[in-house]
Amino acid sequence: MSTEAHVLIIVLAAAVIAFIIHLVRSRRLRAKYSVLWFSIGLGLAVLAIFPDLLVWVSDLFGIGYAPATFMLLALSFLLVLALHFSWELSRLEDRTRALAEEYALLREEVEARLPRRAGDGSG
Amino acid sequence: MTDGVTTRPLIILPAYNEEESLPAVLKELAEQTPDYDVLVVSDGSTDRTAELASAAGVHVAVLPFNLGIGGALRTGFAYAVRQGYERAVQFDADGQHDPLAVQALLDGLERGADMVIGSRFTEGGAVTYSVSGVRRRAMRVLQWLVKVLVRQRFTDTSSGFRAFSRPMLEYFAHSYPVEYMDSVEALVQACNAGFRVEEVPANMRGRTGGAPSTRNFKLVYYYVRLLVVLLVSTTSRGQRQRRSARLGEGRDGEITG
Repeated sequence: MSTEAHVLIIVLAAAVIAFIIHLVRSRRLRAKYSVLWFSIGLGLAVLAIFPDLLVWVSDLFGIGYAPATFMLLALSFLLVLALHFSWELSRLEDRTRALAEEYALLREEVEARLPRRAGDGSG
Repeated sequence: MTDGVTTRPLIILPAYNEEESLPAVLKELAEQTPDYDVLVVSDGSTDRTAELASAAGVHVAVLPFNLGIGGALRTGFAYAVRQGYERAVQFDADGQHDPLAVQALLDGLERGADMVIGSRFTEGGAVTYSVSGVRRRAMRVLQWLVKVLVRQRFTDTSSGFRAFSRPMLEYFAHSYPVEYMDSVEALVQACNAGFRVEEVPANMRGRTGGAPSTRNFKLVYYYVRLLVVLLVSTTSRGQRQRRSARLGEGRDGEITG
């Protein structure tokens, strides 16, 4: 790898880590995600500083083209992450739904007790 | 607990923007079946659905946004459970169900069923109701799949005209399927959880107002999704629920979904 490319990758990794730190500090990223993204940032940094590591891992698994190893890891990670988000979204939707139902029932109860309501619904 | 024979049944009408047909439906219910309590669940309606229901003097639960029919129903079931109703009936707000047919469903509950389905296609049902060819075939596939999954034959798996016993209401108040085409999934779920499900003939009419809830291409998507859900959900979860429902006699302990 050329020195220029090496520097570029290190700068990019540093930028990613700086951005993550910024997000966490301004509390726009929940702690549970910050740990995750920090690990990713660190991993990127390590790979950026020691690119030979990737070649070594590739040799270990018999992958002839080192960038393919990186792609494989990145893709697997993104896939797991997307799956996790789907799960989290489903859970959030369930909770929103439960809240909406609870709201409707409580509102009905409150309105039933207000004097301005004509009937008591028996009809 | 009060005797199931003497308490008033609750009619649950999930309604999403049904201002056109709702007043007539409520009027008909009030005239023909004055002994039933009525709850309209306005499912995030943007028209005067909730207002008109209030004006008619029935109970109204207003959802802050649209949850879909399953969510609206679950709200209704939770209401029924909290208010101590022994029996509840799911009834359409668009006028396709006949108030006088409700009694036949309630009779089914008296015979010991936990869920009674008003069928358009069993003998004695549906004269005025017609279904297109494609739709009929799609329904046949569902019917066959349900038969395979629960080992009981139903002629109208997607009917939205149903009566529920107290234990069924308690179960559905927290685990009614909340996604579209809920009725088929609910049927399979109830059977798998060990509840007794029965079908009675019930005539249904054409819609009096409003548009059908979904367009055709969307319907196909939901249909395929339902098939997947049915196949997946009945493999493991259902078995566990059935066991716990039997152990607890459907009474003590929540059945986790």
